[in-house]
Amino acid sequence: MKLTKDQVKHVADLARLGVSEAQVEKFGRELSGILEYVDRLNEVDTNGVEPTAQVTGLLNVLRKDEVESFQNTDGLLKCSPLPLENRQIRVKSVF
Amino acid sequence: MLHELTIHEAHEGLTKKKFSSKELAKAFLDRIKKVDPGINSYVLVRNEKEVLAEAEKADSSFTGKSNPLHGVPCSLKDVFCTEGVRTTACSKMLENFVPPYDATSVRLLKKAGMVLLGKTNTDEFTCGGSTETSIFGVTKTPWDTERVAGGSSGGSAAAVSASLSTYSMGTDTGGSIRQPASFCSITGLKVTYGRVSRSGVLSMASSLDTVGPMAKDVHDIALIMNVIAGSDPKDSTMPNVPVPDYTKSLQGTDLSGLTVGVPDEYFIDGMDPDVEKKVREAIADLEKLGAKVKKISLPHTKYANAVYYVICPSEVSANMARYDRVRFGPALTREADDLLDYYLTARTDFGDEMKRRIMVGTYALSAGYYDAYYLKAQKVRTLIKQDFEKAFEDVDFICTPVSPTPPFKIAENTSDPLKMYLADIFTISANLAGICGLALPCGFSSTNLPIGMQLLGAQFDEPTLIRAGHAYQQSTDWHLKKPTI
Repeated sequence: MKLTKDQVKHVADLARLGVSEAQVEKFGRELSGILEYVDRLNEVDTNGVEPTAQVTGLLNVLRKDEVESFQNTDGLLKCSPLPLENRQIRVKSVF
Repeated sequence: MLHELTIHEAHEGLTKKKFSSKELAKAFLDRIKKVDPGINSYVLVRNEKEVLAEAEKADSSFTGKSNPLHGVPCSLKDVFCTEGVRTTACSKMLENFVPPYDATSVRLLKKAGMVLLGKTNTDEFTCGGSTETSIFGVTKTPWDTERVAGGSSGGSAAAVSASLSTYSMGTDTGGSIRQPASFCSITGLKVTYGRVSRSGVLSMASSLDTVGPMAKDVHDIALIMNVIAGSDPKDSTMPNVPVPDYTKSLQGTDLSGLTVGVPDEYFIDGMDPDVEKKVREAIADLEKLGAKVKKISLPHTKYANAVYYVICPSEVSANMARYDRVRFGPALTREADDLLDYYLTARTDFGDEMKRRIMVGTYALSAGYYDAYYLKAQKVRTLIKQDFEKAFEDVDFICTPVSPTPPFKIAENTSDPLKMYLADIFTISANLAGICGLALPCGFSSTNLPIGMQLLGAQFDEPTLIRAGHAYQQSTDWHLKKPTI
């Protein structure tokens, strides 16, 4: 599977990754190599095989919906690099 | 030499008041200053006063009933959230992150009397096998400083190997505890998926990630497991399986009654002949201790890497979506035009390997490709898991090499990502199958480079691995060899 430059740019855009023109070239080559390598999975007959998502077989882990308050809220707010206002983080507008 | 002691030796010394925790901590801090510049195992060494105060506190609260870990200095891979202590994942994206809380495993270790020296190097967000993707530069194996310590938990492995901390904690998603343990000649345990809480440890690939101990011997591994294993309401991936007393598995050297499986697929063309020789010798040693040796087959092994390099990047791409430098991370160096521009600018600072994995994962999960990649890989994963289930009907544990080669040279694999990925070929299957794996030293190459063997056990059968590994270490001295630094 060879990725075109446009495909690489599209994937980078979906992932919200800024990549330079030179990186598009480099990643295109490397990603194609990786995808080519994983194509060998097509050799395996998986008809009737269930996929494994949870390896120890857990299903629907439930707990009571009880609120546990976190004490160090100042510490949480301090982690943000953006300006704080009324204990909220101020971000750029969407438009 | 205080810095060379194991946990159990240090505990004995503390109990008999031969030395204090403060003296232990001081010995390590002095040695780190002297030795670590040549190894680069630590990315942060805590302030001396703080560490010594913590050690003094441990001394004053020490009693005859204290946990064996009480007052024994350790290090943590820099992906464990430590309240008030910078935690970076060795990424530009978190270079200034100071967690407001402790990971569950850190909380448990603190309760047991932890004295924390500092945080150790890792590949960025644990993505790599050599620590070469860390923003802090590569960690070298103390056995040959032209070679890598392995990864991603390379800093932890090198710190234990060079006696810069008594023990350490790492994470293992595809071999990240076992391979560096092997490259640095220490002992490391990849636990069963869900055996140790991951809450507060930065995620890489959520269906594969595990947290585990790295130490000087199997005895210490058992002591650490007794502190960290067990369910946590904050980690919903932990089945309710009773936690045994792991020290009960530290029996003698008699392995009669156990059968060890040796899979053909783990002795392949192109592997280093010294590795094969030493691991075969170790298998013969296990046989001498009474274990029955049986040839087995794990036929889907050759697809494990391909499965991994679909599932892992897919889950990485999902986990890394949260890193937007809004709630944490460094400020942008330029003003963004709008929120979309903010994202593109903020996420530019992931390293190349992170970008590769995020992009492969995004592609594999994107519309039209999900069935062909992620779903297909999950199905082959089932076959790999079934291989092991079938094998464990006949054998109690499996013995293989950890890595096809001894530690490789710095920059030897960095220009070819695929070649770097193939270095994990013997460790990845355990993560896909969710089983446990113990890496321990089993000799040296003709050029004196460390070689490790891997014992694989069924899900939640850490006790058998600890029993077999301890028996081996009681009758051999590879784990006692120290690098000359």
